[in-house]
Order: sequence, then structure tokens, then C-alpha cells
Amino acid sequence: MELLSGDDLEGFRAATRAWLEANCPAAMRTPARSADDDVWGGRAAVFPSDDARVWLERMGARGFTAPTWPREYGGAGLTAEQARVLDEELRSLGCRAALKSFGVWMLGPVLLQYGTEAQKLAFLPPTARGELRWCQGYSEPAAGSDLASLQTRAVLDGDAYVVDGQKVWTSHADKADWMFCLVRTDPAAPKHEGISFLLIDMRSPGVSTRPIRLISGASPFCEAFFDGVRVPAAQLVGRVNGGWAVAKALLEHERALISRMRDAAFGEDESLESIAKRYLGTVDGALADPVLRDRIAQASMDSLCNSLTLRRSAEGARSGRPPGAETSMFKLYGTELNKRRLELIVEIEGFRGVGVEGSEFSADELASTRAWLRSRANSIEGGSSEIQLNIIARRVLGLPE
Amino acid sequence: MSLVLTEDQESIRKMAREFVQRRMPTTHLRALRDGADALGYSPACWSELAGLGVAGMTFPEAVGGVGLGFAELGIVLEECGRTLAPTPIVSTVVLAGGAISLGGTDAQRARWLPGVCAGERVLALAHDEGTRHARHRVATRAEPVAGGFRITGEKSFVLDGHGADALVVAARVAGASADRAGIGLFIVPAGSPGLTVARTPLVDSRNAARVRLDGVVVPDDQVLGAPDGGAAVLDRVLDRGAIAVSAEMLGGALEAFERTVAYLKTRRQFGVLIGSFQALKHRAAQMFCEVELSRSIVLAALRALDDDGPDAALLAAAAKARTTDTFLRVAGEAIQMHGGIGVTDELDIGLFYKRARVAAMTLGDAAYQRDRYARLQGY
Repeated sequence: MELLSGDDLEGFRAATRAWLEANCPAAMRTPARSADDDVWGGRAAVFPSDDARVWLERMGARGFTAPTWPREYGGAGLTAEQARVLDEELRSLGCRAALKSFGVWMLGPVLLQYGTEAQKLAFLPPTARGELRWCQGYSEPAAGSDLASLQTRAVLDGDAYVVDGQKVWTSHADKADWMFCLVRTDPAAPKHEGISFLLIDMRSPGVSTRPIRLISGASPFCEAFFDGVRVPAAQLVGRVNGGWAVAKALLEHERALISRMRDAAFGEDESLESIAKRYLGTVDGALADPVLRDRIAQASMDSLCNSLTLRRSAEGARSGRPPGAETSMFKLYGTELNKRRLELIVEIEGFRGVGVEGSEFSADELASTRAWLRSRANSIEGGSSEIQLNIIARRVLGLPE
Repeated sequence: MSLVLTEDQESIRKMAREFVQRRMPTTHLRALRDGADALGYSPACWSELAGLGVAGMTFPEAVGGVGLGFAELGIVLEECGRTLAPTPIVSTVVLAGGAISLGGTDAQRARWLPGVCAGERVLALAHDEGTRHARHRVATRAEPVAGGFRITGEKSFVLDGHGADALVVAARVAGASADRAGIGLFIVPAGSPGLTVARTPLVDSRNAARVRLDGVVVPDDQVLGAPDGGAAVLDRVLDRGAIAVSAEMLGGALEAFERTVAYLKTRRQFGVLIGSFQALKHRAAQMFCEVELSRSIVLAALRALDDDGPDAALLAAAAKARTTDTFLRVAGEAIQMHGGIGVTDELDIGLFYKRARVAAMTLGDAAYQRDRYARLQGY
């Protein structure tokens, strides 16, 4: 197609913009009001509106839900530069995300790297179209920060693995169609060398899930239980007992994702100073509380520095320096920034920032209270801040074990 | 503009690093300090740096400059920061030279800037009064007299003021102290009647001075721009100065950090390398993040100067606040992680710690810059 053949970036921008203007429904160019507006796809997909369904169908058909994947696997085959242009045009038109997908964000990149041709063809195109919804089976009750000590067993029986064990903190496990899952295939080997990466259909007999309630209230997190679940051996990704390398590669994508989400949240949310002006008032043009004002300025600067560092890293990647362990820095810093921001909002709002329910509090106030409590998990999920510091110390600074 | 260095900029880094490491390692600063050098920098080294194009880097070719930008000068300052190399770059090139370049007449530029670019003239901006930096707090008075102005007042913390060939003095023509309006900038050559300059030795062993102006008469042709409209020029050079000092501080922080990480990999206690202790590892990893974040804001601020971007003032405040916090933290941690040897004069780490504190106060510390940042953003 003409749109994808042009190697001229500005030509691509113009063609992309024209396509988006023609294909993005008007209602999809308004800001999402809440998490209820998110589209996660899947076999039992729930769409908040017909426009949301149409938007996903069109974006999926175009390959724009997974822009850099090759076209034969459901992507649009874009270069990193073109994908950035697409992203910029989506932002400038105010388009909502057509699809939120752990399959696209996390599984896809490692399947492209480690998957067999049959696995790629079977899983990538429906994932890109939003027909398969994935969850991530990593953490276990006794394997949190020490992920590699996971105990969920997979024993080969003929042409299938029999899986027994439990996962925890599995986002959307109750709604997902499939799970990418870490299992122990060699209990005798050193802990990093006996792990395999398995794709499990959540409809398989023996799989059950249970939601987890957090300090912020309802949550996407679940426990997932496996009781004699048979998983075809062809659904093992990479080498048998070579799953740790796949797991780590995926975690880098996850960290990059989490840090990008925090960065985007900063861009879209109301600024701290704007909230503070409403609650604290001003004296001679300066916020009435000088201590909070100083902390707001500091948080704002730190957020600016974080965005600039993300930009520098992306520019470095485009000029040939792939991001490596520095994603740990973004995960660490992005989540810590988000916690600080939400704590500041609660402090600025005073007692109105700690309301649970009732007409005393506005919807925004109640939302910020929940977001504040939820943010405490940001620096734990996807590898705690302490784990990120360990990674930076070892892999970037080369400090001894 | 991209935050990744171009090939030409990488060449400038290589040139600057090679020169600074060879001619101005930390032993150079020690020699100046221990010899109680009157200037606090070496005119010979400055002349050589000027020969490499550093003094004229940001000035146009018409006045003898090289016509490059602050992105390039920032690289040189960062390398100077790594060895604590004392040079008059900030005082002469960025502050006073910048003021003459931005606000001066052709005749004033022609009189002073070629000498600056050649490394033959050193200038200083006499602005601060009192103990802490405040951008428009100017009590020094400039009263009109026949054919010029008579200036009376006192200036402090004048970088490289001692030994400068001329001072650019901020003095009030109208208004009350702290008013932005009514500030003028005046070129006062060394040796002018009524001018006294005394060096005030600081812990970083560089050159700072107290300047007294006791009825110094400045003829009209030495006034920079409109006599009561100096704040526009002053604001711009103070932003530039804050960013330049930030670039130097980035280099200092990076060097102190790298030396500390190297020490963690060689020092043994309890039979193991101390870098294996998580109590130190995590703090080292946090410092790494702080340095990387500071690098980004410094690069963005330098580029905003070259692009004449509208956000240069905001980025200047953010860069100075951020690198100040980073350098103070890294230098303090560097001492702590080196243990006892860290507080000896023999080890260089203490020199970085002392420079961090003086640089922090130069042109406004972190708290000052956060206040300015908030005000620029309308809160």
C-alpha cells in the first residue's frame, strides 16, 4: 500500500494523519473518562461503545495496534522512526488507545525473538487484532522479588506438560484467554537453569482464578491455581529449561512499559500546581504554602528530568544504542515519581484527599485517593525498586555480587 | 534539537578531555592553592585553551569568535568539572563577555570581545550583593553626572573579579532594591579611580572578590544599553551562567561518582569488596540515576540557549537546582563511602566536596532556583 511504501518520513506522517482522520471515530478522540473506557479485547471482549469496537477493528486491520511487528504477524512493519511518527500523530489527534494488551506490549516482542514460526503465526496475528487477551504468570506466593525461586511444576507426560502450582499478582487472570507462564521443568538444576516459558490456555481443565482486593479497593490482580493442567509441549517458548532468558527479556519490555505509562500519565493529568492553586490559594501570585510549593517545584523538575532522559534514551536507541539495563532506571524513577506526585496531591487536598465515599467528596478527590493507594504497588510490581537498584548496581555499575 | 551528541561535538569532548587531563588535572588546582596564587587560575593554561577556540566558542567570527554554541561550550565545562580545572570561562565568556555581546554597542564589542576571544582579557560580572544570590536585588546606585554616571556601592562573590581587566557592574539608576526595572549595566575598567577589588578566598580555592565602588565615574560610552534597562541583558546572562555552572557541576558529580564506584570495587573490609554490600550498592545505583537525570536537563538547557528557546529561563532554573542537588549528594556520599581517607586533604574527593558547595551557591542555590522555577510557571 502507498501508505507503507514511502520511505520519506514526512510523507508517512501526512498519509498516517489522513488515515487516522478518516478512520478514528470522533468519540475516540475524546479523553478516556475512566478505566471503564479501556479496551482489552479477548474472546469475551467488552467494548464500552460501538465506536470503540470499530476503532479496534480498523487499527487491528491496519497493523497499527502492533506497529513495529512484521506484517505477516499482524503488525504494520513500521520502522522505529515511523512508529514514533504514528505515536505522535495519535497523540496530536487525541486518539484513545485502540487496544491495551499485555500480549502486544510484553509477550509479542519476546515471541518474535524466541518463538517458533508456528508459534508466531498462531499467536501474534490474533493478539495484534485484540482477539486474544493475555496475562502474565510470573510471581508466586514464595517467589516475589526472588522470582527465580518459583515452584509451579511442569512435568512432561507424553506430548504435554502437566502443570501444578499457584501464581499470584496476575493482572486480569480472571479475564484473560491465555497466560504466558514461568514453570519449573527441572527441580534439580540451579534455580535459574530449571525454568521454562509456557503458554497456557486459561480454559484448560484444572485452571482457576480468584481476585485480590487491595488497600485501594478492587484491583485487577488475581491468584491463579493450576491443578493437573495439561499443556501441549508445542506451547513451550525457547529452550526447555532456558526460560529465564525469555523471562528477563520480557521483564525489560515490562519495565519500559511501566515507565512510559507513568510518563504519559504526567503529561495528561492536571498539573500539581494547578491542583494546588485551587486548594491552597495564592499570595502575590505564589502558592500560599511555601513548603508545599517548594516540593511541587521539585517534583515538577524531577518529572521534567525523567521525560528528558526517556527522550535521550529513545534518541540514543535510534542512533544505534539499544536500551539495556537503563530501563531499570526508568522503572525505578518513574514509579517513585508517581508515588511522590500522588502523595503530594493527597497532602494538598488535606482531609478531602483521604475520603473513601460519600457526597462530601468530589469524584476527582475519591479517584485521587484510590490512585494514591494504588500507586504504592507501582514500586513493587514488575520488580521492586530494590530489585531495580540491584540490577543497576550489578549490570550498569559492575559492582560485585 | 537532539539530546545525543553529534560527531563534531564528540570531537570537541575528546579535544577538551585530552587538554584538561594533561594540562589541568587536580594537581594543577592543588599547585595554585598551595602556592597561594593570586588569580586562582593559570593565565598560561587559559591562553592555550583560548588557542583551542574555547574562549571564543560562543562569540561570532566578527569579533574573533568561533561561532559555535553553548552545547559545545557545555561539553568543555563538563570536562573542566571533571578535574576541577579553574578557568575564567563562566566569568569572562559567559557572564561579562555575554553581557557586552548582548547589550553592547559595536564599539564596546570591538573594544572588549576580541581580547576575550584571544584569551588576553579577563572580565567579571559584579552583581551579587549581600550573602545570598538574588537576581534583582541591587542597592548599588548609579547617579547621573555630566557625561556619565557616578557609581557607589559594594559587590560580593564576584567570580574572577580579582585581576579582571574590567568589571561589568550592575547598579541601580531608578527604583527600589529588588525592582527589576531601573537596573543598569556599566563597564568599569580595572584601576578606575574609586574602585577597590579584594580577593575573598573560598574553600574551592578559586577566585572570588569583594568589589567596592566609591563614586566611580563611568562615561556614557561605557554604559551597556539603556541605563535603566539592564535587567533584560542581566536576566539572559544569569540564565546562561546558571546553565554553564550546571554543566561544570555535572562533570564534577560524574567524576566524584566514578571515582567512588572504582573505590567500591577495590577496597576490602570483612574479607570482601565493600561494593558487595547492599547498603552501598543501592546508594551508588541511586547516584547513577541522579547523574543521568542531571545530564538530561543540562543538555536540554544548553540546547535551549542555542535555539533561543522560550523555555531557556525555566530550564536554567531546573538545571541549576537539579545539578546542585546531585553534586552535593554525590560529593557527600563520595566522602562517606571512601571512609576516613575521604576526609583527608591527600585524597581529591574533598576538593570535589568543597567545589560542590561553592558552585551550589554560585548564581543561586537549589532552593533559590526552585522558587524562581515556580514563579516562572506562575505559582
